[in-house]
Amino acid sequence: MRRKRYRAGFLGGVAILSLAAMSSARADDSDPQEFTQIERGRYLAITSDCVSCHTVAGAKPFAGGRAIETPFGYITAPNITPDLETGIGAWSDEAFDAAVRRGIRPNGARLYPAMPYNAYAKMSRDDVQAIRAYLNSVEPARNAVVANTLPFPFNIRATMRIWNSLYFKEGEFKPDPTKSAVWNRGAFLVDGPAHCGACHTPKTFLGGDRLDQYLQGSYLQGWSAPDITNDRRVGLGEWTVEDVATYLKSGHNTITAATGPMAEAVSLSTSHMTDEDTQAIATYLKSLPGKDSGDKPLPADTGTMTAGAAIYRDQCSACHGIEGRGVPGLFPSVANSSMVRSKDPTTAIRIVLRGARSVGTSKEPTAPGMPSYGWQLENGQVAAVLNYIRNSWGGAAPAIEAGDVNRVRSDTASRPD
Amino acid sequence: MKTSNSASTALRRRELLAGAAMLVFSATTVRAATITGQLPWTPNAGNPPPRIKLGPWEFFTGEEGRAMEALADRIIPVDPETPGGKESGCAIFVDRQLAGSYGRQEGLYLRPPFQTGTRNQGHQSEKGPAQEYREGLAALDRACKGAFGEPFADVPDNDKDLVLKGLESGEIKLEGVDGKSFLAKIVRDVQMGFFADPIYGGNRDMVAWKMIGYPGARYNYLDWVGRHNERFPLPPVSMTGSAQWTR
Amino acid sequence: MPRRLPKKDVVIVGFGWTGAIMANELTDEGLDVIAIERGPWRDAPTDFPPSYMQDELRYRVRHELFLRPDQLTFTFRNRMNQAALPIRSWGAFMPPNGVGGGGVHWNAEMWRFLPSDFVLKTHLTERYGASFLPEDMTIQDWGITYDELEPSYDRFEYLCGTSGTAGNIKGKIQEGGNPFEGPRSRAYPTPAQAQPFSHTLFGNAARELGYKPFPQPSGNLSQAYTNPLGLRMGPCTYCGFCEWFGCSNYSKASPQTTILPYLVRKPNFALRDKSEVVRINLDRSGKRATGVTFVDSSGEEWEQQADLVILSAFALFNVQLLLHSNIGQPYDPVTNTGVVGRNYTHQTMSTVNGFFDNKKFNFNPFIASGAIGMCIDEFNGDNFDHGPHGFVGGGYMGQVQTGARPIESTLVPPGTPKWGADWKKAVKDNYLSTVKPGGGVHGSFYAYRDIYLDLDPAYKDRFGRPLMRITMDLKENEIKQNKFLTDKFAEIIKAMGAEKLAVQYRTAPYDITVYQTTHLNGGAIMGTDPKTSALNRYLQSWDVPNLFVLGASAFPQNPGYNPTLTVGALAFWAADAIRSQYLKNPGRLVDA
Repeated sequence: MRRKRYRAGFLGGVAILSLAAMSSARADDSDPQEFTQIERGRYLAITSDCVSCHTVAGAKPFAGGRAIETPFGYITAPNITPDLETGIGAWSDEAFDAAVRRGIRPNGARLYPAMPYNAYAKMSRDDVQAIRAYLNSVEPARNAVVANTLPFPFNIRATMRIWNSLYFKEGEFKPDPTKSAVWNRGAFLVDGPAHCGACHTPKTFLGGDRLDQYLQGSYLQGWSAPDITNDRRVGLGEWTVEDVATYLKSGHNTITAATGPMAEAVSLSTSHMTDEDTQAIATYLKSLPGKDSGDKPLPADTGTMTAGAAIYRDQCSACHGIEGRGVPGLFPSVANSSMVRSKDPTTAIRIVLRGARSVGTSKEPTAPGMPSYGWQLENGQVAAVLNYIRNSWGGAAPAIEAGDVNRVRSDTASRPD
Repeated sequence: MKTSNSASTALRRRELLAGAAMLVFSATTVRAATITGQLPWTPNAGNPPPRIKLGPWEFFTGEEGRAMEALADRIIPVDPETPGGKESGCAIFVDRQLAGSYGRQEGLYLRPPFQTGTRNQGHQSEKGPAQEYREGLAALDRACKGAFGEPFADVPDNDKDLVLKGLESGEIKLEGVDGKSFLAKIVRDVQMGFFADPIYGGNRDMVAWKMIGYPGARYNYLDWVGRHNERFPLPPVSMTGSAQWTR
Repeated sequence: MPRRLPKKDVVIVGFGWTGAIMANELTDEGLDVIAIERGPWRDAPTDFPPSYMQDELRYRVRHELFLRPDQLTFTFRNRMNQAALPIRSWGAFMPPNGVGGGGVHWNAEMWRFLPSDFVLKTHLTERYGASFLPEDMTIQDWGITYDELEPSYDRFEYLCGTSGTAGNIKGKIQEGGNPFEGPRSRAYPTPAQAQPFSHTLFGNAARELGYKPFPQPSGNLSQAYTNPLGLRMGPCTYCGFCEWFGCSNYSKASPQTTILPYLVRKPNFALRDKSEVVRINLDRSGKRATGVTFVDSSGEEWEQQADLVILSAFALFNVQLLLHSNIGQPYDPVTNTGVVGRNYTHQTMSTVNGFFDNKKFNFNPFIASGAIGMCIDEFNGDNFDHGPHGFVGGGYMGQVQTGARPIESTLVPPGTPKWGADWKKAVKDNYLSTVKPGGGVHGSFYAYRDIYLDLDPAYKDRFGRPLMRITMDLKENEIKQNKFLTDKFAEIIKAMGAEKLAVQYRTAPYDITVYQTTHLNGGAIMGTDPKTSALNRYLQSWDVPNLFVLGASAFPQNPGYNPTLTVGALAFWAADAIRSQYLKNPGRLVDA
């Protein structure tokens, strides 16, 4: 028996009728007050991390207005609370699904892939309907968002047709029958709701995924997201499945800690996943073979390495230890840090320059911070100490130059995070 | 050394699903803040010490500067292994300190009435270090001109030492200035500049630290705690690094 | 007219150790808590990083982490017949300012008091007779015993991850620990720190002289540790920049490392920094606190109402706020009436520096932690027969050298000129081979009738309120105690192999200009009699039952140990009384 949903912001009898008409039009739409569906939707919204992009710090959840930085400019995330006028309360369930899984708005306009619809496409109709039911249950917020903020020519949404033809593959996740249920669950989460590739897969100049470098790390928003395949040197190769799951659950493990945008992903999304799901994601990622770059370490007696060794001993060893192993759960190990050895050293450089605060979760509340060294170390010295860390204790990575550091320094100068 | 400049620049994620409250905080503001939900954080946070600028005196007049350099070289004379006070930059140190918050007595309680108390009730004069140096150096030069016909800086070194010893014992008095406490102050400040981090102008190139075997601004000695009675081999490092940091 | 803020269940005045402990306990109880701290928020990565923390000039000489006298200070005199003058620049002690309070810059020396310390009056009277005590000595029993406090001692030690070797577990004396300590329920959470060279030598020398040396219990941890709140700490790396400095690498126990990251996540906790409480407000009956008035950094006045007020602003500021808020009768030493300001005490500190042959000894003295050192307790409390000596009290002693920062640690042997070529050479020859214990002798300071706190008649603070006046001197009892202890200490330094000694006794008059410690105690003491104490045994104000006053202001007198472990234990003890008794039935916990 369908129960009419009573909601604040009702305009009158006509509205009730039309809403009733809309909501009763599809027999397979679920009852929005059904607890199980809303709970399922809430969990799916967590794994999809909707709240992160669709919320401005300090404002109401899901009310939109946050500027998402893309290589093409800023896109403003819309209000997805059930508010009738400024949110998506008036959308049909069909329309919602079209937006989430096909990137199409009710008026036919295209969404930009900052909304990761190409990942969410992996979810099923039922999944999305559950998310809809959950979003319908959150508090409506009045917040009119101006969505079109990209510069010309990217503000012409019609160009998205071309983009979609290149990069968008419609279709739900199809499990691989040769793999375990746990693996398949992990694959679904990674490629679907958790949309890890949005940050961790490098992009073409048009912003589409480079599938030949799937999950091998990418640059975005002033950070380099590391390789999360099982690569020994720059990926998760030295982590156990448990290490990966613990990291997702608590933001920390014996080797490293989440900071920057990943701190946000942990705090809002992965730390709230079930243990089974974080295990599944870990299992899946660890199954992806690395590319084994075959880099040779820089010789220890070059100028940049000896300077780096001195700087390391004099400064970094205070927390990261004389042997580079840090303190498990407190100070990341730089000796076997895949992030530090990434081909793109942006994150390592900016952490040294600006400092960093690691995430605090209920499992790991300490949230230790790293101080900023940008005032103390010149660009060449930052390069030297990173070269030393990247190429010592069995590690190897391409040399960083002072110019690389300077680029990050100027790029991040006006960033607030 | 620069920090973000707007109160709302720290983007924070709300712990919605745990129900914790938001934090909007900037470590750079002087304003009182309410802290809740998360530990405060901004990039480039912190307050590193400003480096002094070499060049003209910022507090001393030319004559005072000469006198101070001469004093520094008597308090810490040159020897074959280690520079003296002047070359180490001790006079520069004192000059920059007097030009700064120390000289201006910032943060001290300076309300009246000013009364003389017992010695162990502490400094009760309105005069701060800046004024005391000004008056003291002038009185010293006056006394030397009277006794030797020249200001302190031009008096022969042996006589300089006699003057200082006389001030120390109280045998030599300065006009309008307590010579004994003035000398004690100069000795303390010059030696302080000698041993402070080079960022403050003295201890140039860490010469004092090299002299005594102090390894400087290091933090981790875990591999040395158990090595008893062995010479620590690493050279000193200051807050701005060392020669070893050059590529 | 102050602006009113929404009412809270609890307002906490001052946010150091005791404020943080109480905030954590009461938020766990579900109460809505706001803490108000006069100074700024501070934390390791943002305020004391290893890149510029090791700045002796800035943090030790210019004491940048501390309160500025211009913001608040005191006046001082030795005797009642003198005029008190303002402490215009800190000397003998240095009050903290900022989130974490003294817990940020302390040495983390973690000492329990002796069982006899808590019943001092009774104990000494029984053993030596009332006439053995000086006539003007006003020591008292605390109203609580060591055994009652033991679980709270244990809680604080485990919160901090304290590194030590137990000396007495449930009555059984343990090898390598302090044989004089009161019985503890279990071992320390982490092993004692490794001792550098000179500290080890002291232990050897003491042992050879027949003493039982043991490692000083340390809140600078010997290894990585996760505390009961799930907070992680790292191992101390012996940087030698402990007291006066914040710890850069999460290895010194502080509110920041042991409580705050966990506490700040709770939705029912908020903290206002840079806001100075100027008054605790009472209702018309004068028997109930309604909240506090505070001034923020822009000068704006606010009123924070609350049902329960916790005063945890550091001993001196606690007493001052009580005086300014007219809570409790001010102490008058002439008539011997009143309680607020009574029994003010400090610590009797001295040391012996030893100069060794630099061809035989290289101490690498810059390698040290804040609570390092081998110590002996044979001469503390009433651990020895005082009968032949004519004084009471005592202290621990040890080679507790915490580092060798060069501005302060370039000592020269007695007789060396203070400047010039000879001085320079002596500095060079002696730096690595000098033993400079710092607080080598750490003696008790008992209470006296004319050592007290009250309001100054002449000098005012920036709000126009009278400054608090300190009347303090060293009495013959403490001078005798100190001479005895220092001579014993000198014997051990000599036995280590020192060629020359510089013995520095603590003598009268009490000098406000030379640093001793900031162990300032009393003024709002706990006890069993409202006529001679301001607080009952739960640190609840006798006069205003919804006010608790935490800190060393509660100590009736000061034993021969560092105070902080007892200060924290009492905070846990009071929190427990609030949670298990007061909240169920607000009102007086103890009948007068």
